Amino acid sequence: MSEVRRLRRTSSSSRGPVLGAVGVIGFLGIWELVSRLGLVDSRFVPPASEVLVQFGMYVVDKAFWRDVGSTMLSWSLGLAISVIAATVLGFLIGSSRIMERLTHSTIEFLRPVPSVALIPLAVLLFGTQIQAGLLLIVYAAFWQVLLQVIYGAKDVDPVADSTARSYGLSRFQRIRYVTWPTALPYLMTGIRLAAAVALILAITAELIIGTDGLGKQIAETREGGAITSMYALILATGLIGVAINLVVRFVERRTLAWHTSVRTEAAG
Amino acid sequence: MRFFKSVFFLLALPVVLIALWWLSAIVNPSFFVPTPGELITTFFTTWFGERFTDDVLPSLGRLALGIIGSVVVGIVLGLLIGSFRTLRQLLEPLLEFFRAIPPPVLLPLLMIIIGVNWRMQVFVIIFGSLWPVLLNTVEGVRATDEVQRDTARSYGLGRAARLRYLILPAAAPQILAGIRQCLSIALILMVISELWYTSSGLGFTIVKFQRDFAIPEMWSGILVLGLIGLLLAVLFRYIERYLLRWYHGLREVQRES
Repeated sequence: MSEVRRLRRTSSSSRGPVLGAVGVIGFLGIWELVSRLGLVDSRFVPPASEVLVQFGMYVVDKAFWRDVGSTMLSWSLGLAISVIAATVLGFLIGSSRIMERLTHSTIEFLRPVPSVALIPLAVLLFGTQIQAGLLLIVYAAFWQVLLQVIYGAKDVDPVADSTARSYGLSRFQRIRYVTWPTALPYLMTGIRLAAAVALILAITAELIIGTDGLGKQIAETREGGAITSMYALILATGLIGVAINLVVRFVERRTLAWHTSVRTEAAG
Repeated sequence: MRFFKSVFFLLALPVVLIALWWLSAIVNPSFFVPTPGELITTFFTTWFGERFTDDVLPSLGRLALGIIGSVVVGIVLGLLIGSFRTLRQLLEPLLEFFRAIPPPVLLPLLMIIIGVNWRMQVFVIIFGSLWPVLLNTVEGVRATDEVQRDTARSYGLGRAARLRYLILPAAAPQILAGIRQCLSIALILMVISELWYTSSGLGFTIVKFQRDFAIPEMWSGILVLGLIGLLLAVLFRYIERYLLRWYHGLREVQRES
């Protein structure tokens, strides 16, 4: 039975990427045809080939990479700030029952506030400086990580904890060797969610507030009516999103290689 | 006694924070930050009246349409793609790509294609918040227990019955996790779809307050959006509890054993 299943899985895993490539090419082909044959207005939906050519022109354009750099700078700064702050606070809150009960109502009240509600405040305080974007990114990403870390720190196995206590491990050692490994998978989940949200807010800030980056460029192509460029830039933001997902998943796998959830996945 | 204790835990920190805020506003008054009292009075005078019917309700209506649309489209497409292996493999990279596009970038594009009207705003919400529902449904359908699937088949359950009694319940926890993500994206998109070339709606009103330097009104708008977010979260938790009552029960039994 397991032999059969493994065989089936290996054959399908080699088929998967091929079919995926067919899907992408098919999509581009349909897009090209629909636009060329005039089924949709080609002013609004330019042919795929033109968008790809425009994208290629961006790739060799220094100004494009400067914009990508600005976007990635505010993304990474915002993500770093929120991950560090949320990890520290999350451990503090999660490792104490009283702290957790005290902060619960406040967290549950503040967390659902959509970070775009802070756009007017960000503009008022920082104008179009990078801090405006950071405020939105940090507010959105912080809660994602904080909640996961609190769950993780709470999830400590009581037997492991009392074992560590009776072996005379100090408070710091218990955090290092018991709480940290328990919370790490949760922390990584939090970072994965936060990384995606941070990109959305980084681009939103550029688009709406006008801080430097790809979002601002997209807003400018709209004003200039350069639709093909707009499609190419949207393509670029999507590719950045895919790249971020891949990198975060890779890091997650690496740091959690010892953890059962990853081990079984790798073995199966 | 227990009741008082839980009320204490519920209110202690918020009360301390508001007291600190009030104190610092009195000691060191800032143009940018109103006092809590000022905020509450502005909240009621600003939002309960014409604005409620002219701005808040239409925004909420678009939000509701957008959420319902993305949940329905996401689940239907997800069930379809998840049930056919070849279709899933064909579309996987494309779906990953569409999910990775930050939804707000679609706004300028759709503004040009559809124009600025409520249909475009609803469409932006649907197109942006559909992906977590869709991908989670695909994942949930795919992860249905193989033995259960074979059993259902050999007992002669038809396609519709299998969908209703096996696949939907099995995928429900995943689908609901996707809907939770969908809600917060939908709210973000509702706000920013009202920021350009419109003259009504919550997002428009709040930014207008900021441009007019009507600071307490601006803060009261942030409060309104916060309350909507909170309301959505509470409603969702209630619905999730109800739909997944069997699942939470099952988990509890598993944890105890």
